[in-house]
Amino acid sequence: MKIEGVFDRIFTTAWNPFYYLGALGYFYFWVVAVTGIYLFIFFDTGLTEAYDSVEYITNEQWYLAGVMRSLHRYASDAMVVMVMMHLAREFAFDRYRGGRWFSWVTGVPMIWLVFASGVTGYWLVWDQLAQYVAIATTEWLDWLPIFGEPVARNFISASHLDDRFFTLMIFIHIALPLILLFIMWFHLQRINYSKVNPVRGLAIGTMLMLLVLSFVEPAVSHGPADLSTVPTTLNLDWFYLWTFPLIEWTSPQAIWGFAFFGTVFLIIIPWLPPRRKKAVAVVNLENCNGCTRCAVDCPFSAISMVRRSDDAPFAQEAFVDPDMCVSCGICVGSCPTATPFRRRGELIPGIELPELTVVQLRELTEKTSARLEGNSRILAFGCDHAINPEKLGQDNLGSVMMPCVAMLPPSFIDFVLSRDLADGVVLTGCRDGECHYRLGAQWMDERVAGDRDPRLRKRVPRDRLLKIWAAPTDHGMLNSEIASFADQLKTLEKEVQTPAASENAEETV
Amino acid sequence: MGTGMRYLGQSAVYAVFAVMIGYFATAPVYTHLEPGKAMIKFSFAHAAKPKGECRRLTREELNKLAPNMRNPVSCPRQRVDIYVELELNGDPVYQATLSPTGLAGDGSARMYERIPVPVGTHKIKVRLRDSRRESGFDYEAVREVALVEGQNFTIDFKAPKGGFIFE
Repeated sequence: MKIEGVFDRIFTTAWNPFYYLGALGYFYFWVVAVTGIYLFIFFDTGLTEAYDSVEYITNEQWYLAGVMRSLHRYASDAMVVMVMMHLAREFAFDRYRGGRWFSWVTGVPMIWLVFASGVTGYWLVWDQLAQYVAIATTEWLDWLPIFGEPVARNFISASHLDDRFFTLMIFIHIALPLILLFIMWFHLQRINYSKVNPVRGLAIGTMLMLLVLSFVEPAVSHGPADLSTVPTTLNLDWFYLWTFPLIEWTSPQAIWGFAFFGTVFLIIIPWLPPRRKKAVAVVNLENCNGCTRCAVDCPFSAISMVRRSDDAPFAQEAFVDPDMCVSCGICVGSCPTATPFRRRGELIPGIELPELTVVQLRELTEKTSARLEGNSRILAFGCDHAINPEKLGQDNLGSVMMPCVAMLPPSFIDFVLSRDLADGVVLTGCRDGECHYRLGAQWMDERVAGDRDPRLRKRVPRDRLLKIWAAPTDHGMLNSEIASFADQLKTLEKEVQTPAASENAEETV
Repeated sequence: MGTGMRYLGQSAVYAVFAVMIGYFATAPVYTHLEPGKAMIKFSFAHAAKPKGECRRLTREELNKLAPNMRNPVSCPRQRVDIYVELELNGDPVYQATLSPTGLAGDGSARMYERIPVPVGTHKIKVRLRDSRRESGFDYEAVREVALVEGQNFTIDFKAPKGGFIFE
């Protein structure tokens, strides 16, 4: 997180590559796809022609096809880095359990496909490296007792190999990325507003980087493959080919074991203990008017609008898919009926979390504010995945914590200030770009700015509201921002509405 | 951080990433075969003789079969194990008993072995038993070869072509 903080300062949060690891993976995939299509035009599928055609690409047409070849290689390598960093980051931030299992599990075959695509690409050059890779791959495959005759026997001498072998290989090299693309599409099916493209600045920067690298260090071939010899020293692409030396240093069965158990482990970890599945959001039909805001705001597509099942005069009602709900509560924050001002009847919004109902949230707010004294009382609404401001040790500050700060209906801010429950309100949550539930900080920003329903009322004095999106490591920054805010509150003149005026106004929310 | 410093910082990050990608795309160099070595690749897939004798069915046995299944000769499907060994300059370097593949044990036995050897002249002796005999060999070949550095010398086996093939 500290490294991400440094990158925030260098790139700004809008361009920080750590927040676009998956999107950068997609970007590199498209670079590989476009350059691959161009290279395919010149590639010849013959035993000697394959190498000659790659040499033509590299040397004769170095200024375009050669650059394309280098981009093809380096973007593939960068893709491996992005995939691995994306996986590690999602794991480190515990973003693979609950409703997120689907994206996690669909990501696992993508790792196999990325590596298989890269390895088959190296076969096609049919230089000494390709010869080594082809033989090492088939020797590894031959450990499986499924082939009648060892596949590696195809490479024991030139007489065993046929031109059509390369036709098969190019077919595989095109088919695997197509399957990968299909799973990439599948991977995002349960992610709402997914980022599949990096921001333009980041895309331009990384593309320029690849271009410069392609000109400075163009991708070149080894000598042509010759099955009467054994390649001695090789310039391996360690991003893709690291398994082959490992096979030689250990054994084929050891690497099969590593691959098999590694894959199984990755697939099952969303369900391994400690399981932290919380109660999912529930819809209270009597208060749901089918406004669709919860479905629109849900970051994981867990809410859909279905045909009304009761006699209420509305066309639709919200439906929560329990398998996809991650219990973030963002839907509660989006529900216009979740207002703490409600006088008539019990406070039951159209949708809420059973483990932290809106009634409980209001009680918690009132109870926490009752402890505060003086003229710079601060009530902080925070996110469980960021810093709890109360633990910073500041005087006269109380915190109400939620799964995500966007669970807070904006009317709560109005409620606190208009009822004089505190002199100022602080909203804290995950740092921009690394929201645990992806969109919480963004939705809250837009609601406060009045750009997203439900909007924070204009009458709420903005100088009594502070938003800080900070990482769990940003204690110092959070502390100083809140201290300055407390000083600012002391200078402000208090304008408290009468309860009657506020209630009349809020009943119309 | 000022805009200029930010762009400078971004350039530095891109440069570090590019150097990392560029370096590990081809380096460090991997030595697959040590200098001064050649490789002998010994591999074949061969179906050994059946484990039992074929026999003619009696008239009674044939009558019990469906008309379209009345093959007068019945042979057991299972094949014997293949025993193979390779000697290099009189020293045994590979010996194996290879079982037939297939659920019924009626497929080819298979093997694939890489044997790195020092360059120079070597006397290679290969022997194979693929029948029900208890001792001795059905195929045997001896070859003296001068191997140069990095050479890939293959030993294959194809019974229809007379046995061992050296390439």
